[in-house]
Amino acid sequence: MAGRIRSLSDRRLRLEVLCPEDVERIHTATLDVIETVGVRFPSQRALAIWEAHGAKVDRETMVVRAPGALIEEALRKAPPVYTLAARDPALDLPLDGQHVYVGTDGCGVEVIDLETGVRRRSCLRDIEEIARIADYLEEVAFHWVPVSAQDCPPESRGLHELRAIWRHSAKHVQTESIYSAREAEAAVEMAAALAGGREALRARPILSIMECTTSPLGHDGGSLEAALVGAEAGLPVGFMTMASCASTGPATLAGNLVVGNAEVISALALIQLAFPGAPVFYAAAQTAMDLRTGAYTGGGPEDFLFGAATNALADFYHIPLSMGSFATGAKEPNWQAGIENSLSTFMASVVGSDMLLGVGLLHGSRIWSYEQLLMDCEIWDLICHMMTGIVVNEETLALEVIREVGPGGNFLKHRHTKEHMRALWIPHLMDRRPYEVWEERRDGARDWARARAREILASHDPRPLDPLLDAELGRIIAAVEG
Amino acid sequence: MSEELFQAMAQSIVDGDIEAARRLAQQAIEQGIDPLDAINKGFVVGVNYVGDQFARGEMFLPDLVLAGEAMKAAVATLEPEMARRGTERKTLGKVVLGTVQGDIHEIGKTLVGTMLSASGFQVFDLGVDVPAERFVAKAREVDADIVGLSALLTTTMLRQREVIQALEAAGLRPKVKVMVGGAPVTAAWAQEIGAEGHSEDAIGAVAVAKRLVGA
Repeated sequence: MAGRIRSLSDRRLRLEVLCPEDVERIHTATLDVIETVGVRFPSQRALAIWEAHGAKVDRETMVVRAPGALIEEALRKAPPVYTLAARDPALDLPLDGQHVYVGTDGCGVEVIDLETGVRRRSCLRDIEEIARIADYLEEVAFHWVPVSAQDCPPESRGLHELRAIWRHSAKHVQTESIYSAREAEAAVEMAAALAGGREALRARPILSIMECTTSPLGHDGGSLEAALVGAEAGLPVGFMTMASCASTGPATLAGNLVVGNAEVISALALIQLAFPGAPVFYAAAQTAMDLRTGAYTGGGPEDFLFGAATNALADFYHIPLSMGSFATGAKEPNWQAGIENSLSTFMASVVGSDMLLGVGLLHGSRIWSYEQLLMDCEIWDLICHMMTGIVVNEETLALEVIREVGPGGNFLKHRHTKEHMRALWIPHLMDRRPYEVWEERRDGARDWARARAREILASHDPRPLDPLLDAELGRIIAAVEG
Repeated sequence: MSEELFQAMAQSIVDGDIEAARRLAQQAIEQGIDPLDAINKGFVVGVNYVGDQFARGEMFLPDLVLAGEAMKAAVATLEPEMARRGTERKTLGKVVLGTVQGDIHEIGKTLVGTMLSASGFQVFDLGVDVPAERFVAKAREVDADIVGLSALLTTTMLRQREVIQALEAAGLRPKVKVMVGGAPVTAAWAQEIGAEGHSEDAIGAVAVAKRLVGA
């Protein structure tokens, strides 16, 4: 156990991407879309909730048209502040608007093997190993399911994935890979077993659930029902839009924000109508389609702007935000990955997004790389450092020190230097060695990151899960499979 | 006279102007122009130009999609006249396309369909959440050359294998070739389940489909 979390909590830098009037216009346009165009909710349970609250429901197309006042009133019931609990309370994550936390990215389908360097299909064991390393790293505040356990049966895969993480880490887990009511019910049962019962789980939700929307202006039925099951049990639930300019959303950025916002707030309103006061979060990873291939880009100026703009929307609704950052489109940890992950994370951090997802994946969140994981953590450390800004006071102005050293001296031997130098940033993966040392060894960040990952795997094995509880989780999963 | 009309037809495709394409096709019928000439000397010239410009990086995917839609509108307008004359547009092959059961993700599959039909394939799009037996029935009904299977989730990706097995059980293989796609789908997966074709994007899918029908 790392014992603490490297979160951003003293943010002095500020940025306003959307002014209050812009936010208001996007909100008004969004309500117009929800009321007149509608959003598709392909779930009988969801449609019944909408109908009971007076929304217009077309049972044939499953499109819901809800008045703006209904949406606004529902959203006002969402708690602005709550805590993502960890099994170890020292690792709790208060979503209080003051902190920014980073999780592992998900959900990849391939892994660059740490030993062989060969790309291969992801399996359950990968999740266990990634969880162990992520548990160790203080930059990682919580887990997403990093890759898909493709060696587990599809109907219970999401449960095996949760158990694999819980076996190796006591940090908060947010699953983005459960999308049926049945699996969600079993996940709640598993979390309750760990938390000490349903009420204990409600008081300290050690699990949260993130579902994806189906852009444009739609949802997946299973995802909606899984979220309703989670919310009923008191688990924080969120909906993520990935509406992309020019394909699943308008080519213009403002229009794309409207489409994504309509998807997310309509789903969050549904949760509030069903379970008023249930903890919910806004989630987004919007982008622009690549004009040449149609691909999800996973980086680019549009993504970075969305990263900052979305928090203005989430703040407007007083709902915590989980924002897509990192998650480069690059094929390997390289120049492109460095640019994309730094800028996306900078923009999402400078506005104070509550959760950032996430570290470790390449190629638009498809391929897990341990090297990228460690490099992303270094980016996060650098950005946290920047966000604290420049403190100006008597001690930091150091006038006395300057007077003492004077022209031509140096500050190396001064006491003031020794006292303050550790506040300067110290990299682990950046190469600041003499040129000749590099020329002789020809190694660098990727080698050091790989070595570090191997070292952590060899030494960090916390096994925070009681074998009896582990067996209980196994029984719950077996019941789903039976 | 018809030279000018052919040129306008090509331009309507380049502009992605669906209304103009439909109107020009109608005009050709009224002027007694052979629909096959309208297609091959008019509209197809536009499709080829757009394809060429795309390859050079001068035009982009939305240009291709709109051109494809305009082409579709033109052909649909000309079809009754072709039927009346007893002629038929020669296609590269018949493709049955859909997103597999349990999966409602549509856009990638639809894009592939548009690109294939713009490239001269006859496409039968079954939509999303399509069970294996519907793929089999449609492939048999239309005498398909290719079945295209889309999936976005690792859990639904497994259904691609089931459709291939169902096609085999129905005795349609190996005559009917299978193409698979979707974010989690890799070449290794395609090979493992016995799919002959795989592409990461819609442009690549056209090349794969052409290879599978020997075009």
